[in-house]
Amino acid sequence: MGTGTGIGRVRGLGSAKHGSLHWWQQRLTAAGNVILLLWFVVSIFRLPVLDYATVTTWIGSPFVAVALVLLTVSVFWHLRLGLQVFIEDYVHDDASRVAALLALNFYAVGSAALAIFSILKIAFGGVHG
Amino acid sequence: MAEFSLPKNSKIKSGGKVHKAEPGASNVKTFKVYRYDPDSGENPRYDKFELDLDETGPMVLDALIKMKSEQDPSLTFRRSCREGICGSCAMNMNGKNGLACTTAIEDCKGEVRITPLPHMDVIKDLVPDFTHFYAQYASIQPWLKTVTPAPSGKERLQSPEDRAKLDGLYECILCACCSTSCPSYWWNSDKFLGPAILLQAYRWLADSRDEFTGERLDELEDPFRLYRCHTIMNCANVCPKGLSPARAIAEIKKMEVERQI
Repeated sequence: MGTGTGIGRVRGLGSAKHGSLHWWQQRLTAAGNVILLLWFVVSIFRLPVLDYATVTTWIGSPFVAVALVLLTVSVFWHLRLGLQVFIEDYVHDDASRVAALLALNFYAVGSAALAIFSILKIAFGGVHG
Repeated sequence: MAEFSLPKNSKIKSGGKVHKAEPGASNVKTFKVYRYDPDSGENPRYDKFELDLDETGPMVLDALIKMKSEQDPSLTFRRSCREGICGSCAMNMNGKNGLACTTAIEDCKGEVRITPLPHMDVIKDLVPDFTHFYAQYASIQPWLKTVTPAPSGKERLQSPEDRAKLDGLYECILCACCSTSCPSYWWNSDKFLGPAILLQAYRWLADSRDEFTGERLDELEDPFRLYRCHTIMNCANVCPKGLSPARAIAEIKKMEVERQI
């Protein structure tokens, strides 16, 4: 890598040739979050009561369960993309940055998997009140 | 982490000089100017210059020239055209980047604090080091690139409509007011090209005569070179030529997506 000259330092390791899909997906998931969260809030308020039986029955409906899974995917994917940018902005030490990005990915994927499993468990009738 | 505080040898210490106005001056304004002399081995300081505005030209650059010629000849700053076309006298005045020659003193409230462009290495006083900025500019290859050989004996023609697409881009004077006002550029200028250079990059992407658009987009498609821009908009806010680098960057991002979907 040409570190001896100004232009060498700027050219560095060259272009990563990616980044646009990351940026585009951040916009797509933002739109997904707005639509699905709006649906979620409105639907929760339209439930007659918020007791355990009503809510688990509501989640058991295929349309509700699928929408909740999509909401979970959209929110956690958006969180992962956004926080990645945040970490890349501010954490400059290579080792700390890799560690932070690993932690972020484990958290986002792990939490999303847990949430999706929980939704499906209710939807497939695995929970009895 | 990104550096949020100044390094030890850049911290501004107290005890700067005060240059009083002539006795009997009635319309006095105080200018607090950043001073740094690398040869002295001392930290930077603020010197105060009192000027009689009745005896001073209207712009901040006029004030600086008066300070240098009458109060302290060691005061160092860049200037050339004094009409906003060369970009030499870019600096920070009362917290906002601009050209000293097109910033009116009467628009600066209270004591006028003048510092070099933020987050640049300082060579002396108000003179920042542009080496990296210019290397970044060179890296985008700011010239017409074609596969078609040049037409013999005549220019490459462009319709008035195509020429109009360069309005708002060609006026950039590379003063770096925008780049040095951008927090993303502060934290990641080693790899992020910054608003000025990206506006220049778009100037060639938007040119109907240029045939290397794909290669140019390839070079920009990078999480750091282009996508550190988070549309903070300081660039458009400070540009002394009234341009919008933020819009140019948005157009580049659109082109990057457009060729994929």
